[in-house]
Amino acid sequence: MAFDKHNTPMLDQLETGPWPSFISGIKRMRDDHPSETINKTINDLLGQLEHSYETRKGYWKGGTVSVYGYGGGIIPRFSEVGKSFPESKEFHTVRVQPPAGNHYTTAMLRQLGDSWEKYGSGLVTFHGQTGNIMFIGTDTVRTQDFFDEINDYGWDLGGAGPCVRTAMSCIGAARCEMSCLNEQKAHRLLVNNFVDDVHRPALPYKFKFKVSGCGNDCQNAIERADFAMLGTWRDNMKVDQEEVKAYVAKKGRKYITDNVITRCPTSALSLNDDDTLNVNNRDCVRCMHCLNVMPKALHPGDDKGATICIGGKRTLKIGDLMGTVVIPFKKLETDEDWESLVELAETIIDFWAENALEHERCGEMIERIGLVNFLEGIGIDPDPNMISEPRQSSYVRMDDWDEAAEAYFARKAEA
Amino acid sequence: MAKEMREPIETGCPDGFQYMHPVMRRNYGMWKFHEHPRPGVLKHVAYGGDECWTVRAGTQRILDLFTLRKLCDIGDQHGDGYVHFTIRSNIEFIVDNGAKVDGLIKALEEAGFIVGGTQNSVTMISHTQGWLHCDIPGTDASGVVKSMMDELIDEFRSANMPNRVHITTSCCQINCGGQGDIAINVQHTKPPRINHDLVAGVCERPSVVARCPVAAIRPAMVNGKPSLEVDEKKCICCGACFPPCPPMQINDPIHTKLSIWVGGNHSNARGKPTFQKLVASGIPNNPPRWPEATAIVKRILKAYKEGARDWERVGEWVERIGWSRFFEEVELPFTKYHIDNWRGARKSLNASGHVRF
Repeated sequence: MAFDKHNTPMLDQLETGPWPSFISGIKRMRDDHPSETINKTINDLLGQLEHSYETRKGYWKGGTVSVYGYGGGIIPRFSEVGKSFPESKEFHTVRVQPPAGNHYTTAMLRQLGDSWEKYGSGLVTFHGQTGNIMFIGTDTVRTQDFFDEINDYGWDLGGAGPCVRTAMSCIGAARCEMSCLNEQKAHRLLVNNFVDDVHRPALPYKFKFKVSGCGNDCQNAIERADFAMLGTWRDNMKVDQEEVKAYVAKKGRKYITDNVITRCPTSALSLNDDDTLNVNNRDCVRCMHCLNVMPKALHPGDDKGATICIGGKRTLKIGDLMGTVVIPFKKLETDEDWESLVELAETIIDFWAENALEHERCGEMIERIGLVNFLEGIGIDPDPNMISEPRQSSYVRMDDWDEAAEAYFARKAEA
Repeated sequence: MAKEMREPIETGCPDGFQYMHPVMRRNYGMWKFHEHPRPGVLKHVAYGGDECWTVRAGTQRILDLFTLRKLCDIGDQHGDGYVHFTIRSNIEFIVDNGAKVDGLIKALEEAGFIVGGTQNSVTMISHTQGWLHCDIPGTDASGVVKSMMDELIDEFRSANMPNRVHITTSCCQINCGGQGDIAINVQHTKPPRINHDLVAGVCERPSVVARCPVAAIRPAMVNGKPSLEVDEKKCICCGACFPPCPPMQINDPIHTKLSIWVGGNHSNARGKPTFQKLVASGIPNNPPRWPEATAIVKRILKAYKEGARDWERVGEWVERIGWSRFFEEVELPFTKYHIDNWRGARKSLNASGHVRF
């Protein structure tokens, strides 16, 4: 092929070593792919990347690109050094929502690859940090062509910008015995209720749903999601005492004491003299540790549901925030239960959209206005499970203490 | 003239069941327990007796079509044609028969993929886009990750750590890579350099002023043009102004450094989830292989592997042995910069008589 390949002496050093090399992979697209368009685009991409390695700076800038009818979903990239690397001067990423739980058939991966080969660079990542399939590298015109083709066989864009973002859920009930939740259903019900807010960015800032089936929180939901769901249960955990005895016989009493009994954060476990396990379920906080160590012996209870934490986010702007408990336990059994879950999400997003400052995440808004104002805004009553401990400062007005106390006892009587 | 535009079909998130292995569909919500027969392999058993076997492999994450098709070939020839991707971009081949596992492992390893990353291993480093595609990166996550995984590959392939180790990288201080047992993140050390000729044309000045976490930016006329100026004494060099206002360049070949943080953990197991804490900074942003950062990560992993008890994550191990001993064991300096002064900082101070000697 008649084009000059850029020298990439720094990138070449990333082709050595035992871990699979992204540079070798990218070079194959330059050297071995039958499409000359791809060869040339990738050549200039490598040229620009080498330039970044030499100068220790990035050279992409954003812009405005979307597809017809949508306002987001594409990460536009225009090169600041496009004169030197013209073939890759537009190199947008198409964010596509993965199936709930990130399952694929190889046939579907091939079909997506074939479409991407027609319209893009041939580089793809499963998945980006928000959870999208990232089809990396195409120009403005072919962004539309690629989307039209994959949209026809069931794929839709994810979120980018101030909007409801692509959601994430763990593999959960599909393969994991710890699962306390229908993650597939929660994930799709929530995010697909907001397709308009995914595709047309008009919120104060981003809003993320993440669903983990248990307290192990494999989706990092508490840390990263504005709306985090964690599966849990409220009856007793299940104990197969014969399996407990088998663990003790296999690992020894000292191991079980040191790694299960004494590691329980609320001291809810003790080992009986006959090597069976005693569980104080009222003290248990469903942290999952003992289930993780003894997956054959211990299982979640039957009365399953979800804990919902609101307001997790990363550093920008006020610092990292964990989501905090707003719904200690939500039963998700009947159609009404699921409908009320979606309604809760709508209420929270509406309140946040009304009350947040520009570029303010939901957690930052709660930090600014206080959890109580947020709870009153969304119509949720306070619950001791929402806090680690009560207030330490006496500097607060308590005009309506008596009414609040009465309301608490009335709620308790009703429950 | 213009071609007729096609209306999008707003289907949103696709149904996962259509792509799930039949053994998963059949046993949805009915799994009983799992075992870890060897690193990189998981065996799940359903109440009805069905088995689901998983072979997990690490890849270069930025997949070219040749690599993607190779993975599909392996899935078709040695597996059942069903795969799953983990949150850390590992690929998992799902089969319903343990007899297929050895063939999958052999084919993956012959093709250069790395089988492992399960349970108490150092699994794939979660990473961000970097110089390849981000508009504000201080470094290249892919290069950092490739360089580190080359040296941590044995820990990926084995499962010899006290508990699982999640490493993350981020190319700016927004920290898209998220929380990790060990995190390698960009840290800027000088205020942005402003191209005053461009600010008025490119930046929405009030939003840039509002974006600053410490109110160090104010509107100003510079050389007769409306621009922005930064109070450099107040500036914390976070780079938050750079995304909305590219003429406020924060990245610098020398002054953009790497920092290392430890103790981030998303799980609720034992303790509540925790954020990562600063342990090292001033590490040169040194492409193409960033050897200084890798060396520190390896020291931390070595001390953790030797010192932690079973099931202790990095943060729990440090919590038990104390920060003084941590800094001694990993031979890192403790400085005034380790003492937090951001909001809520008092909670990180030791208000007690608990002192280790």
